[in-house]
Amino acid sequence: MIKPKIAVHKFSSCDGCQLAFLNMGESLLALADRVEIMHFAEAGPVDENASVDIAFVEGSIATQHDLERIQKIRANSAYLISMGACATAGGIQALRNMADTQQWIAGVYAQPEYIDTLDNSEPISDHVKVDLALWGCPINSQQIITTVRDLLFRVTPKPERDKLCLECKRQQQVCVMVSRGESCMGAVTQNGCGALCPSVGRGCYACFGPAEDANCPALANRLEGLGLVDREIAQKFLFINSAAEPFQSTGNKRKQS
Amino acid sequence: MREDLSFLARDNFPTLLTTLQEAGYHTVGPQLRDGAIVFDTLNSVDQLPKGIHDQQAPGSYRLEKSDSPRLFAWANGPQAIKPYLFTPREVLWRSQRSKTGELNFSTVEPEVKPTAIIGVRPCDIAALYLQDKHFLQQEKVDPYYKKRREQLLLIAVNCTHPTNTCFCASTGDGPQAHYGFDIVLTELDDGFLLEAHNQRGGALLEKLPVQPATEAQQQHAEHALTHAAEQQTRQLPGQNLNDALFKNLQHPQWQKIADRCLGCGNCTAVCPTCFCHSEGELAALDGQSSEHHREWDSCFSPGHSYIHGITIRPDTRTKYRQWMTHKLGGWHAQYGRSGCVGCGRCISWCPVGIDLTAEAAIICGEGDKDE
Repeated sequence: MIKPKIAVHKFSSCDGCQLAFLNMGESLLALADRVEIMHFAEAGPVDENASVDIAFVEGSIATQHDLERIQKIRANSAYLISMGACATAGGIQALRNMADTQQWIAGVYAQPEYIDTLDNSEPISDHVKVDLALWGCPINSQQIITTVRDLLFRVTPKPERDKLCLECKRQQQVCVMVSRGESCMGAVTQNGCGALCPSVGRGCYACFGPAEDANCPALANRLEGLGLVDREIAQKFLFINSAAEPFQSTGNKRKQS
Repeated sequence: MREDLSFLARDNFPTLLTTLQEAGYHTVGPQLRDGAIVFDTLNSVDQLPKGIHDQQAPGSYRLEKSDSPRLFAWANGPQAIKPYLFTPREVLWRSQRSKTGELNFSTVEPEVKPTAIIGVRPCDIAALYLQDKHFLQQEKVDPYYKKRREQLLLIAVNCTHPTNTCFCASTGDGPQAHYGFDIVLTELDDGFLLEAHNQRGGALLEKLPVQPATEAQQQHAEHALTHAAEQQTRQLPGQNLNDALFKNLQHPQWQKIADRCLGCGNCTAVCPTCFCHSEGELAALDGQSSEHHREWDSCFSPGHSYIHGITIRPDTRTKYRQWMTHKLGGWHAQYGRSGCVGCGRCISWCPVGIDLTAEAAIICGEGDKDE
């Protein structure tokens, strides 16, 4: 049997999504049995220019070097998966898209001339065709396992689409918004984390990005009713997935008003 | 004055729980968790929400504590019986590939203990009967639900403290329970009025240190229940809204609701009669085994109306319309009554406080009342 070849590439990111592979436990051995890992610098194998069947890409496009690399990776990959909030939506570092990047660099670094960066942090899909997007900050091992298994079965992967609220209710968590007036993004966010924050009594931070048919203006109104001012509401939407619509437009509207 | 009512003094209330435990029941009852009254394993009556009152309003649920010795001076919490029978997530069957490549399927039988739930409300019993109609009284019986249902003993508690969002009096499902329980309690200041509904309940009652209920105690209970019905301010614009709703499918109010609605589906998850679920497959990475599961779904989820490349209800306007027209209209033809039991959970637990009764009244219009 010829094993499918995979690669795990890193762009501008914290490496947290790659841990979804490394934290798999026994499943990592099962994975290594079924695919040939050609490139995964954090785990050992390095062959960045290898031709692969599946490329997992972590991180956003943030430097001139990234721009060139992603084109090569796309050309070398039959199926390309953006992995996590950075690769899929620009990540937390896309907050800089709303600021003057050069001014920040000048303010932070003693020798700003050494910093090579683009003005914006952009998702992989802004630059090359992405076959599948995995949301999450970070993604979890089950997302990888399900995706790889589906692809090995030659089935189109079907990522989670339910809203976080539905999973929160399945777990019978008490709604933090209704019972405590806590601001929670669950009603506009995709499930994926298993309602992690509500399960410890906190509101959702929207790590898994906007849900389909997310009614962000209505949630913004509700957050206002809970006592949040426009600046705070804007920060809720312009956070981990600030560059993703419809978070971006609702956040910007509140930011400007 | 009725001869079949007994009185259990407050000090003797723990005997009800211990009697059930000695009879081998896993006992479940209301208790405090994370600022709400939830149903969970009840090992001691000390776990019951003594002196706790709920203040509910559209989109809001708060608890308060008083010095009252009462254990059931509240209306309800986010869930009651539903998760015990129609579980939020369960594996239905497994498949395993044999060495010769054949697939072997095996049913996953739920492990069920005889379970006694204490403190169920009349609205939740009405909802249970609706779920029974869906899961048991159709051509195909759901074996998972059935197995759990057969092991259930119910100690109902009549509702003397309805909250702002309750409207069971208008749907005819409360505040007094008339069917579906083994024993029903009405809480008084100094104890409980008890009534057995069946042989099992009668046998249980005989083991408790009860006395015949006095006329004064019966009058107190009756008064409390009349008062509980009178306190309710909300109501649906009629018992059967089928015609009124389906006549108004293009009503502009549907869009006005959709502008506020988050489409989160919380109304359907807390609704004690909603039964929608999705099924899915979780294959092991080695491709040799797989688990087939089902989990709570909602008519607000993107997959609910997806059929062969088409999403029948793509927007919140049509999703909300589906929820209300089915619940208050379509159920009459399907199950012989409305799908609403007036518990008000969909109003309280809606994060943006959409009020089913108010929206139904607007959509059905003043002239469409059938009462």
